[in-house]
Amino acid sequence: MDILTQQLINGLVLGSIYALVALGYTMVYGILELINFAHGEVTMFGAMISLAVIGAFTANGAEVNGLVIVAIGLLAAIAVCVALGFLIERVAYRPLRRAPRLAALITAIGMSIVLQNLAMLIWGKQYISFPPLLPLTSFEVGGAVITNLQIFIVTLSCLLMAGLLLLIKRTRLGRAMRATAQAQDIAGLMGININTIISLTFMIGAALAAIAGVMVSAYYGLAHYHMGFMLGLKAFTAAVLGGIGNVAGAMLGGLLLGLIESLGAGYIGTLTGGFLGSHYQDVFAFFVLILVLVFRPSGLLGERVVERA
Amino acid sequence: MSGPRMTHWTVWAFILALGLNACGKKEETATGATAGETTVKIGQVSPLTGPQAHLGKDNDNGARLALDEVNAAGVTLGGRKVKFVLVSEDDMADPRTATIVAQKLVDQRVAGVLGHLNSGTSIPASKIYFDAGIPQISPSATAIAYTAQGFKTAFRVMTNDRQQGKVLGEFAVKQLGAKRIAIIDDRTAYGQGLADEVEKAVKASGGEVIAREFTTDRSTDFLAILTSIKAKKPELLFYGGMDAQGAPMVKQLRSLGIQAKFLGGDGVQTSEFLKLAGAAAGDVTASSPGLPIDSMPGGPEFRKKFTDRYGAIQTYAPYAYDAAMTMVAAMKMADSPEPARYLPMLPRVERAGVTGQISFDERGDIRGGAITMYRVRNGKWEVLETVMGDAAADKK
Repeated sequence: MDILTQQLINGLVLGSIYALVALGYTMVYGILELINFAHGEVTMFGAMISLAVIGAFTANGAEVNGLVIVAIGLLAAIAVCVALGFLIERVAYRPLRRAPRLAALITAIGMSIVLQNLAMLIWGKQYISFPPLLPLTSFEVGGAVITNLQIFIVTLSCLLMAGLLLLIKRTRLGRAMRATAQAQDIAGLMGININTIISLTFMIGAALAAIAGVMVSAYYGLAHYHMGFMLGLKAFTAAVLGGIGNVAGAMLGGLLLGLIESLGAGYIGTLTGGFLGSHYQDVFAFFVLILVLVFRPSGLLGERVVERA
Repeated sequence: MSGPRMTHWTVWAFILALGLNACGKKEETATGATAGETTVKIGQVSPLTGPQAHLGKDNDNGARLALDEVNAAGVTLGGRKVKFVLVSEDDMADPRTATIVAQKLVDQRVAGVLGHLNSGTSIPASKIYFDAGIPQISPSATAIAYTAQGFKTAFRVMTNDRQQGKVLGEFAVKQLGAKRIAIIDDRTAYGQGLADEVEKAVKASGGEVIAREFTTDRSTDFLAILTSIKAKKPELLFYGGMDAQGAPMVKQLRSLGIQAKFLGGDGVQTSEFLKLAGAAAGDVTASSPGLPIDSMPGGPEFRKKFTDRYGAIQTYAPYAYDAAMTMVAAMKMADSPEPARYLPMLPRVERAGVTGQISFDERGDIRGGAITMYRVRNGKWEVLETVMGDAAADKK
């Protein structure tokens, strides 16, 4: 039983990270009907920037509290990623907003490749390790081990998601975002600056991705120029599972996917009698994606959208 | 609509993309062969990009150092002065890419190939070199299958996994006193092959394999696997795979509160592992084929030469150097760089290499290789003991 609890905890932490990244996919899709395939790379940039800043601090042997250094790294990552989110939209997507959907998809993938190679040129091809700045303490709960970092990740994710929901449902900006998502041209006629709203959507998504990136690298203890690729695909799957375009759906999809992955990898060996092993961990996400696309293309919380003629 | 603006941004994006492309491009070495001098191309294949790029570059530098020395000393084969040129290819540690670059080297008519670094890439590539009759000496592929296929073109200068796995399994049970042992491997030819041999040796030594789990050579999340292993209360965890997975694995092992000892093979016994694992690396044990660099006959001298030019040695550079020197030695014996002429000489080579005495058995494996056990103490690899193997006597 304690093992099941532990797997659920693992899945919950993983899922809350997926959820944060999935929000970026779903917000952009909601407003532009574009899959921003460069979003995973923004997450990677968040991780790399924070590690570079943290590395610069620790290399100089500055006598500063570890938490402060990590906080500075996090803020730097958010700042750079927000700028990056803005830039990606301006450079790669805005010029093609009226172009066929396929063109935007291609630039999105192109952008992802450019960012990956840029990161490889800046930080090299090696794994970069997250320095042990945060004092890691763990608690035993019903036979399962929880670390303070895991609690922090889940709490921060929940707070951010709640904050985002409030922003979208309760603020003028949120209302403008919803209006833009509903009908861009009419929202424009009503005096909403569409370009600003779209830019802001990208920037909010990028900020969340930056935080997720820092959390991933702190959690697993390393970062790498290629890490955004798989993370991005899984977060995209989470967004589709929850119903792409639906903010609450992305959160639900992320958490569910994390749980499916942890439980799947943990039990697949015993369930299939060793026929399939835990190295199929990455397969679950895509298996889920296929199932969703076949049986419920609009996702769990998504509404069926009538194809516009 | 912002018509002119649009083209403006597109142009900038295009220029940026072009610039990146140019930066990422590999520099081609000019091969200006002067009159009366023959150029002999020798292939080198290792992962020059991806998570194992640091190891790949290390092999590349080791081979380059050897050929530079040979060129500086001057070699005459069949009455013509010969200049060796290293043609380095990147297989990204990917078996499919390995066959593509292998074919590329064959098409370029290289005289021989040093590589590949990984077993998973050396094995599929070895068929292509065999069909083309081109000798291949791997500095670091340790999987048994590599030389067991019966290709007379495949050689290696490093002890194989049967010997390494045997030493590791016995060490786990007898020296570390672990009875309940969990094994994880990364499903590559190297990780899987080594883990299989460890499993056999553990059972033969009276230990019990309580869990056998798998991951991939790209994973960073092992919490689910480790959690299911935790339920079986292991005393020791063996990981067959590379440092980039081993380091986060040992970190996550500790974060789950599992006290089991951590044991790895040569993929884990690297300086990169220490850097990535940090404090969690304390008390990790790992093996590496061959002697520690200080005990190698030519070790200290090689380290000086190498570090002066390229910086710290990662792992296999001395083996890549020996592989290159052995290939040239066979060419000298045959007085020809023609593969068909010098290939029969390779099994007859007897030379004192940097890493030890180099001679091959009938399969192409090195004779009398050694395995050394290391342990992490104060953030450094410390030599525990060296077990001498006899590759020839160990064959089934």
